[in-house]
Amino acid sequence: MTTRAAASTEATGGVVRATGAGAGAPVALTGLSRHFGAVRALDGLSLEIAPGELVALLGPSGCGKTTALRILAGFEAADSGSVSVDGKDISRIPAARRDMGMVFQSYSLFPNMTALDNVGFGLRMRKQRGSERGRRAAELLDMVGLTDQAKKYPHQMSGGQQQRVALARALAIEPRVLLLDEPLSALDAKVRLQLREQIRALQQRLGTTTLFVTHDQEEALSMADRVGVMKDGKLEQVAEPSKLYDQPATAFVAEFVGTMNRIPGELQDSSDVSALGAVVPVHGETAAGLPVDVDVLVRPEGLEIVVQAGGNGIVTSKTFLGSVTRVSVLLSGDVSVKVDQPSTVAAGMAPGTSVQVSLPPVPVIVAERR
Amino acid sequence: MAEVTITEVVGAQAPTPAAGSPGRWRTFPYWRWVILLLAGAYFLIPLYAALRFAGVKAFPDIFKQSGFFSAIGLSLRLAVITTIFTLVLMVPTTVYVHLRLPQIRRLMEAITILPIVIPPIVLIIGVLKVAPKFLLGTPYLLALIYVILAMPFAYRSLDAGLRSFDLRTMVEASNSLGAGWPSTLWRVVLPNISTSILSATVLTVALVLGEFTMASLALYVTFPVWIVQFEQNSGPVSVAASLLALFVTWILLMLIVTIGGRSARRRGGSQVALFTVTRQDFSQTVGEPE
Repeated sequence: MTTRAAASTEATGGVVRATGAGAGAPVALTGLSRHFGAVRALDGLSLEIAPGELVALLGPSGCGKTTALRILAGFEAADSGSVSVDGKDISRIPAARRDMGMVFQSYSLFPNMTALDNVGFGLRMRKQRGSERGRRAAELLDMVGLTDQAKKYPHQMSGGQQQRVALARALAIEPRVLLLDEPLSALDAKVRLQLREQIRALQQRLGTTTLFVTHDQEEALSMADRVGVMKDGKLEQVAEPSKLYDQPATAFVAEFVGTMNRIPGELQDSSDVSALGAVVPVHGETAAGLPVDVDVLVRPEGLEIVVQAGGNGIVTSKTFLGSVTRVSVLLSGDVSVKVDQPSTVAAGMAPGTSVQVSLPPVPVIVAERR
Repeated sequence: MAEVTITEVVGAQAPTPAAGSPGRWRTFPYWRWVILLLAGAYFLIPLYAALRFAGVKAFPDIFKQSGFFSAIGLSLRLAVITTIFTLVLMVPTTVYVHLRLPQIRRLMEAITILPIVIPPIVLIIGVLKVAPKFLLGTPYLLALIYVILAMPFAYRSLDAGLRSFDLRTMVEASNSLGAGWPSTLWRVVLPNISTSILSATVLTVALVLGEFTMASLALYVTFPVWIVQFEQNSGPVSVAASLLALFVTWILLMLIVTIGGRSARRRGGSQVALFTVTRQDFSQTVGEPE
């Protein structure tokens, strides 16, 4: 992590200004609920963010992640629950006095100001003198690598540049918390990737506590220290990216994060399930309260596959992903699964090949059958 | 009148076919030009006739006529007072509606159109009946009426301006950076609707300078009232005065088109949308008192 941050610092060529260590404040959202008419946007959401940590809220649209961020920012009020920063309840403090830098999904630079004036705006509101303000704003523009754009107006910049200026503007006020509301979703793929790394590097260097809202799992998994997966206004699971992927707490998380196969199975008891002709252990408590007929959830890399005449499946197509190839197999019973294999092995599995797909004896997640 | 003329010009520029394209003669928009010429003739012939009738010599005489300066002075004073009242009332209202009550925007549109729907004579008789005594006979009474008459134009201009950029995000960005409401309004909202404010101002001024019914019925001698009264003394001079008024209004409108276009070029396209929307609004104002 540290090396990556350092490398990116060199890349941006920025003046390192270590407001860093310890600048971030701890954030606690406790029991937040919010209704919009009959819609329950947030349903008792609680989340703690450690100082300097980047937490991503991930979920489908309408899951309440943006509402949570807007409540933290002070743009919405919760029906119940509290928001505290640095141990102090800020629920009643207006947005303008919360000291939070925010980068919005849509382009939010003030069209009537140059890049430099945009970055300096927050400092101006803090009554910082002109010369000092200009120097600091220039420094931040430099940090995001846009010194040469200082005199440009927003419409003269590309989308990626605008979002970088917006990031500089949010960071200029040395915020206690940085809020990122899908800041990359309007950008094209390549720019998105670059900016993703740049945001993460800056955030780590400055040590700013950050809440990042996104519907893009790749973004969340690659940038965040921890990811909170949301559904229907509730947090399903908050965990490090690798844990979220390897040990999803619920079927929803399992299927929302990464690719997941669903294979029909039958519960033997609460701890064993049979599928694809094998009996394997059930992961955790996922079998609780389910009928006998269930679906077994397995990742593409969690299935075994061999070429075998008269096997239980037929290869229908292949997707080359570099070192691995994702093989689509149609199993008997009209079940389609994806299996990852080293590309060299998959080379021998042309569409139409008969294969045998099986479950290795490791714990699997089970879910209600669809 | 002047507004309509501009509409035609702006409208005609857009669909000009690319020169030298293969099917140029086949696609040449005959009918468009015929209609344009007919419309042009419809507007220009009366103006030309008026000019012929008045004669060029009548123009210097306008300024020598008794009552001219007091009438134009009153009209200008009314224009200033009305514009200030209108902007102070309408800018915060429109911003508030956009941010907090977007669901009543349709209702606002309906309400602001009322002054156009209700005949002036009905309005003025009602106003004179209920107006407090201390306002009667002062320019402020007439100015207050004009604020109502100007509402449709002012609201539409400001509404179009506020729709031309992402108001909510701008306001939230400004808030999150520590700006309170006054700073946000002054530094973020107003600069981005400056063209709209200018447009609302010019429309209001044009309306005040041209309004006759209200002023006449409330016994004020404004510029248009003076023109009508004066016509009995000297037809040519009064017609020359009307032409002058029309010309001044036209200059004002050209001015916002130019200034608006310039600021739009500097800051990016958003403000151009104003004229698209305003253009529609112009076409609705045909037949308004001039």
